[in-house]
Amino acid sequence: MKYMLLIYGNEEAFSSVGAEAFAEILRATDALNQELFESGELVGAYGVADQVNAKMVRVTGGTPVVTDGPFAEAKEYLGSFTILDCDSLERALEIAARNPAARYWGVEVRPLMHEANVEP
Amino acid sequence: MTDWRAVRRLVPEVLGALVRRYGHFDACEDAVQEALVAATAQWPVQGWPENPRGWLVTVASRRLADQLRSDAARRRREEEAYAIRTPPPPAGGEVYRDLEARGRTGDDTLTLLFLCCHPALTPPSQVALTLRAVGGLSTAEIARAFLVPEATMAQRISRAKQRIKAAGASFDLPPPAEQAERLGVVLHVVYLVFNEGYTATSGAQLLRAELTAEAIRLARELHRLVPGDGEVAGLLGLLLLTDARRQARTAPDGSLVPLSEQDRTLWNTKAIAEGVALVTDTLSRGPIGPYQLQAAIAAVHDEAPTAEVTDWPQILALYTVLERVAPNPTVTLNRAVAVAKVQGPAAGLARLDALSADERISASHHLVSVRAHLLEMAADHDAARASYQEAARRTTSEPERRHLLTRAARLG
Repeated sequence: MKYMLLIYGNEEAFSSVGAEAFAEILRATDALNQELFESGELVGAYGVADQVNAKMVRVTGGTPVVTDGPFAEAKEYLGSFTILDCDSLERALEIAARNPAARYWGVEVRPLMHEANVEP
Repeated sequence: MTDWRAVRRLVPEVLGALVRRYGHFDACEDAVQEALVAATAQWPVQGWPENPRGWLVTVASRRLADQLRSDAARRRREEEAYAIRTPPPPAGGEVYRDLEARGRTGDDTLTLLFLCCHPALTPPSQVALTLRAVGGLSTAEIARAFLVPEATMAQRISRAKQRIKAAGASFDLPPPAEQAERLGVVLHVVYLVFNEGYTATSGAQLLRAELTAEAIRLARELHRLVPGDGEVAGLLGLLLLTDARRQARTAPDGSLVPLSEQDRTLWNTKAIAEGVALVTDTLSRGPIGPYQLQAAIAAVHDEAPTAEVTDWPQILALYTVLERVAPNPTVTLNRAVAVAKVQGPAAGLARLDALSADERISASHHLVSVRAHLLEMAADHDAARASYQEAARRTTSEPERRHLLTRAARLG
């Protein structure tokens, strides 16, 4: 079963922990990801580049229109995401709880469509 | 023999021969995979060997010897301590003769299944290792079927082999006292392989269909090896009777077609006949377990020429026994449907109320979608529509979500 862990925040939330603590969070996250890679449960983990890089694509009347943002005014944006392939929701929650971000900003856990248990 | 599926079927025998001779299950397993890769590259160019099995054993043995020698050399470099003995490079054909003399190929497949389904492993690892070491699938194929990166699957398999080693498991059948329990794990793994292939209706569809075929093949092999076990026969029957409906289960647009609306002329009558024969034979012999009961229920459905003439009292009786033998909320839920069909929707809905307190299932979309179905039977259209919509929000299967929303829309 696959689950997505999402970490949301904003500039203020991310910088309020201090540079040293932030480096420690990254180090602990790397160690956790390495462990999950070795157990075969990590499908992928990515930090998302700053929102100033965000583009929005919309197709209107068959023409694609690309604009910046539009997250500048959003209170929180996606900071990073991880995709797990693990045994159960309980295991996904356990992994989320071990993510250092859970101590600061919280980790959202979402089952992925197509990938959870369905009756035959 | 000129097809690769037949070659893959040789994998457990080849692997068994190597492990028996040299030990080192983990290294042997890698060596057999390498031999398969070499075969894929060489045979189409240089022609197929007369004795593919012997070829694979010989090449895998050479790879293993190379591997163990280089491991030992590395260890010597690292530790500058002991000289580690490595097996001599085998002469061609020698191992194969040895294997034939033993005549233990069937035992080896069973031993491998027990080893790959070792209780120290998590179910996803058991499934992955079984597909590779017994099914002969490559890591890339398994990764594609499970929609994960190859590196992830490679790690999962290599970690699984390390765990087996750490658990001190040997290449022998488990002691008789443990066999029944361990066989239960093997059956569960085969069931999981089947489910993985059967429930997905997107992505690498072809490979997933191959998973159901592989699960049926494994169940068939198990039934051949342990013909007297009723649950093995029950599982094979269940898989055949379920897979028989595959063509009718999805509409051309990919949406799910419920059992009651399926075009039964699309069902595979040959698979149904085989499944029914297995169930009939095993039920007459006892003792009866959950796979046999589920197979019997599938058989009652498959034998009804139309949904209307389904023998629901018989299905209700089987679910009643199943709930006693293997109680779990999903069985109770399915039994509630049978109760509704036999005694009316109100009686079925009353059963669901009891389940709402069970937190193993109270949040699941299954409970809500069954409630919707029973409310529709009771002609309470507003409540049924709301329940279908609620179930659609909860499911994580896209085809199922579309199906539930269609049901809701049909109620106006």
